[in-house]
Amino acid sequence: MTSAHSYRLTHLKELESESIHILREVASQFENPVLLFSGGKDSIVCFHLARKAFYPAKVPFPLLHVDTGHNFDEAIAFRDALVEKHGAKLLVGSVQESIDTGRVQEETGFYASRNKLQTVTLLDSLEKFKVDCAIGGGRRDEEKARAKERVFSHRDEFGQWDPKNQRPELWNIYNGRKKPGEHFRAFPISNWTEMDVWQYILLEQIEIPSLYFSHEREVFLRDGVIYANSPFMKLKSDEKPFMKRVRFRTVGDMSCTGAVDSPASTLEEIIEEVASTRTTERGSRMDDKRSEAAMEDRKKQGYF
Amino acid sequence: MTNTTKGYLDMDLLRFTTAGSVDDGKSTLIGRLLYDSRAIFDDQMEAVEQASAKRGSGEIDLSLLTDGLRAEREQGITIDVAYRYFATPRRKFIIADTPGHIQYTRNMVTGASTANLAIILVDARKGIQEQTNRHAFIASLLGIPHVVFCINKMDLVNYDEATFQRIQKELEDFSSKLEVRDLNFIPISALKGDNVVKRSTNMEWYQGTTLMYLLENIHIAGDLNHIDRRFPVQHVIRPMTTEWHDFRGFAGQIAAGIFRTGETVQVMPSGFQSTIKSIHVGDQAVEEAFAPQSVVMTLSDEIDISRGDMITGPNNLPKASQDVEVMLCWFNEKPLVPGGKYAVRHNSHDARCMVKEVNYKMDINTLRKNTEDRSIGMNDIGRVLLRTTEPLYFDLYSRNRNTGSLILIDEGTNETVAAGMIV
Repeated sequence: MTSAHSYRLTHLKELESESIHILREVASQFENPVLLFSGGKDSIVCFHLARKAFYPAKVPFPLLHVDTGHNFDEAIAFRDALVEKHGAKLLVGSVQESIDTGRVQEETGFYASRNKLQTVTLLDSLEKFKVDCAIGGGRRDEEKARAKERVFSHRDEFGQWDPKNQRPELWNIYNGRKKPGEHFRAFPISNWTEMDVWQYILLEQIEIPSLYFSHEREVFLRDGVIYANSPFMKLKSDEKPFMKRVRFRTVGDMSCTGAVDSPASTLEEIIEEVASTRTTERGSRMDDKRSEAAMEDRKKQGYF
Repeated sequence: MTNTTKGYLDMDLLRFTTAGSVDDGKSTLIGRLLYDSRAIFDDQMEAVEQASAKRGSGEIDLSLLTDGLRAEREQGITIDVAYRYFATPRRKFIIADTPGHIQYTRNMVTGASTANLAIILVDARKGIQEQTNRHAFIASLLGIPHVVFCINKMDLVNYDEATFQRIQKELEDFSSKLEVRDLNFIPISALKGDNVVKRSTNMEWYQGTTLMYLLENIHIAGDLNHIDRRFPVQHVIRPMTTEWHDFRGFAGQIAAGIFRTGETVQVMPSGFQSTIKSIHVGDQAVEEAFAPQSVVMTLSDEIDISRGDMITGPNNLPKASQDVEVMLCWFNEKPLVPGGKYAVRHNSHDARCMVKEVNYKMDINTLRKNTEDRSIGMNDIGRVLLRTTEPLYFDLYSRNRNTGSLILIDEGTNETVAAGMIV
């Protein structure tokens, strides 16, 4: 997509170039990085960028999946196929294991979610696998606390983020120096928007899980949000499951990811839908609705 | 291909910075740009409405959209740089929204470092203020090629042409002391929307464009240096597979210039010359590549090259020196220690340095050079001479923002304590 005569890059190619630069900085500055992989489109794009960054060598870091146990089957199948196809190495941190070993306590009630518990599993996994940098697909346009986060984001020995004491980040120079026990989070697609991600997936013909496309599914309605009916969610007496054509804008834990009423079954149709939609993708995430500073608070504790 | 996609794949990227406080109407302006380009979603707007109501402010406070941290919302100020995104059918925009107060100079500097354009708001009732000078100076120091002065709140001076012209004249006089290539002046009312996205009918005397038109059309392709060939090596790629047995590729982001296969290059610091055998962007082999592309290059000869080295054009070499003079902006609560030692990072090159001398401290409100008080504390800017443990390969910042910039790191705390622009 470059125009050889004017020597200018389109904005997507400029973003791609920036992201590749960041991924190579991670590989150069850290000994044992991992790519946090959820099976969602953002982490899939990060993996695609990593393949480009190190080609013809293999991606020099493993994928780490923090598995809440409340997965969409399609997401897990997709993850395993991708690992197989590209010969990547997969590490798994299990929230179920954290519950079984008493590291965390399962939430109860109708709004029970394992989303918050993930933080402990994530931090335990980073320690277990001696990870010094966890690469994530977080984007600054997602949420207002994320808008303030650095590309190379420092975490203290407790895995905590200190938003008021972040390192200044200038030009394309990233400072990943740290003390033993501390680690970093790196966000190579910080400057991408949801639309950028979709257009890039189309441009590069990147495979994504079928969940993103419109399909028939048993769902139920709660607080105006459509949820997939699953064994992981307890229905209230007035909540009746029904069949509906839906798709997901984000792919996360089943207990906190809402679906959208959508007929979009191709990338082009999804893009048209994203272009005309009037709510953010996190608008259907129950985890962000807990308070005005829900994301900031979770991030301080070590969330993605 | 749908229309949305067709246009999208041909857009370019403009990064701009805004500095200011709520009083300047900065948040109102950003809110208007975002809202009118439909970058604010209903649920975000709803959240802002709710939060505004909770605070008891009668109006919807658009600053709540950008001030994302709890402390910022509690204190009603912007503390940190926030990045916001919007797109029009012509261009994609990244706003680095920064606080305007002097105690956040370091945040303004950070936001300015990657910007092609700076918007500086001037209150039409007050004219040039201390902070106007400060923001213009930072834009100039950080080498932002385009500056747009928005003379705001024109509605409060009855859209008076003479007021606008007087302020423009003062700004031009002041800016002659700075190094900004492209100055623009637009009379606006962010609150009423005059000349922001829509042309004002209240100022028929103004012949120029709206702010949005300027942002969409300003020529930025010429901002990058396509003359001096500079390729800082970030990472060496050695697949060591059967298929790619002897492949040794040098990965990096081109900092300046155009590189073509078959051309002679010189490697710093070794000084060895070779020719470019191949250039790869991902799995595609290409004939030529240019800044700011991230590529992998292979050379025809086996030369020892590692991270921190630089591949350059042979007839136009960067400067090589252990004595590096910089305009330094200090970020840390712990002040600069004259004679102190710091880690320095320049592109992908790590070294150590000693602060040999502070020439002067800049009063960034008056642009006076202070040679009496040379103590450099947080948010101070001064001209400093560094002595590095090994030569750096650099260009002047005014020639190349990528190869002319560096950061200093405290070796004890690992914090980034300063940013330097090589002069």
